[in-house]
Amino acid sequence: MTKNNEDYTWQRPRLIKSKNLRYLIFSLLTAYLILTFISLRIDPQRILLGLSRSQSYFADFLRPDFFSRGSSIIDGILESLTMTYIATVFGVIISIPFAFGAAENISPKPIYYISRAVIVISRSFQEVVIAIFFVVIIGFGPMAGVLTLTFSSIGFIAKLLAEEIEDINWSQVEAIKATGASWPKLMNYAIIPQVLPRFIGLVVYRLDINFRASAVIGVVGAGGIGTTLNAAFDRYEFDSASAILIVMIAIVMLGELFSSFIRKKVNE
Amino acid sequence: MSSNDYNWQLKGISRVLKELLFWAAGIWLFIYCWNILSARTMWPFVYDGAEQASKLLFRMFPPNWPYFFELLRPIWDTITIATIGTLAAVIFSLFVAYLAAENTTPHPTLRYFALLIIVTSRSVSSLIWAIILVIILGPGVLAGIIAISFRSIGFVSKLLYESIEEIDKNQVEAVAATGASKFSTLIYSVVPQVFPTFIGTSIYRWDINIRESTVVGLVGARGIGLQLNEAILGLKWPDAIIIFMMILSLVLFSEFFSARIRKIII
Repeated sequence: MTKNNEDYTWQRPRLIKSKNLRYLIFSLLTAYLILTFISLRIDPQRILLGLSRSQSYFADFLRPDFFSRGSSIIDGILESLTMTYIATVFGVIISIPFAFGAAENISPKPIYYISRAVIVISRSFQEVVIAIFFVVIIGFGPMAGVLTLTFSSIGFIAKLLAEEIEDINWSQVEAIKATGASWPKLMNYAIIPQVLPRFIGLVVYRLDINFRASAVIGVVGAGGIGTTLNAAFDRYEFDSASAILIVMIAIVMLGELFSSFIRKKVNE
Repeated sequence: MSSNDYNWQLKGISRVLKELLFWAAGIWLFIYCWNILSARTMWPFVYDGAEQASKLLFRMFPPNWPYFFELLRPIWDTITIATIGTLAAVIFSLFVAYLAAENTTPHPTLRYFALLIIVTSRSVSSLIWAIILVIILGPGVLAGIIAISFRSIGFVSKLLYESIEEIDKNQVEAVAATGASKFSTLIYSVVPQVFPTFIGTSIYRWDINIRESTVVGLVGARGIGLQLNEAILGLKWPDAIIIFMMILSLVLFSEFFSARIRKIII
């Protein structure tokens, strides 16, 4: 008996074809969600208390006060910006050798593994964790922040740049090699021109990230606007805190405009 | 001019000059910034840094292995904060991305509103959200979850709306031509096209959030950050090294896991 055409209904194709596997994955996910919700231990009374108290905080947040702490806000922003610039410069200089080391196509195996290990460690720890470490070692202040941002820039830039080097067009390298070029010349004429636009994009992007991070690591004492922000929170000066957040958002937006401008220029 | 005198140059002379100027400005700015920072630094402590660091490393050994079992609960909390935070952000991002994409937004004003949400969320880091939320909600996992999700909304929505803007219009027109309702058109023409990006972005964000959720505990939102803070403030270095190893293995696991899933889906 042939199937009647009218009985046939179309069904959306499923992502996971096997029915059993699909049900297994969904039930595991549900079980996990239930378990986590049990472990949340939400205290509704505390939340109600907080919400009623937070009304005055919100009122303060809506009235940002730029002036009563104006000088320390400017000072903090300046410190953050200087930290960001210095750390990005250091980070870039140090990450270039690691990037070349971590590119599988141009690097010998032992160097490849060492570079990858450095990248993994730098990327695994959140900036704040690294900042705590540096604050313990060299004390409070912006220099701990610079070291933190430098350290976490290395993993980021080196990883993405290494991937870019691995993707280059190898025939250009062969062509330069065929002219009898030495190793530095090979780098300069065959590899660097291919990765340069992407590299500049990465550096600008990292400047942006470092500025945002510089606002956070101040919470643990590593200098910058974060220190000012943390002080404002500690003194319950939410109007100043709100002003600091607004200034930060404005700077990040300016940074975004600047970086899209630079990237457009480079890609021309 | 004989052809022997001719040398090929990578860059023209005006370009070289421009680049030199650029480098000079960069170096001048570096020296200027360095002077500011240097004035605010206690140099004796910095000179001492390497010695202090090696002393710290020695104090971490032998690691306090039994402490591992006390960490299971904080690690569970950390994973919960990252996972539920990502989930909440992803659900919310669906709406924000729909409003923010030029080709699906119902009204241009709504689009600017959605873009404002995206920028605000991306500018303020999760730790600062956590400070604010701990004040309101009290210390606990919930503050961490909301902090992580506030931070993630911008990231997920931004990547998602960019991919909505890049979809193939013909498919939308084809489905609309069958007389499907607006909602059905969305489900059958837009969603399938952005689905891989959506899953990929969500999982990538989850991977980032695992890292972020290791620190929200520092300001009271639970998770392993709380233990880290205690260990370091209490100078319990044999405990601290266990925490560092836990964080490292958690992050490596999440990276491996997310890479696998993204490979399967995309």
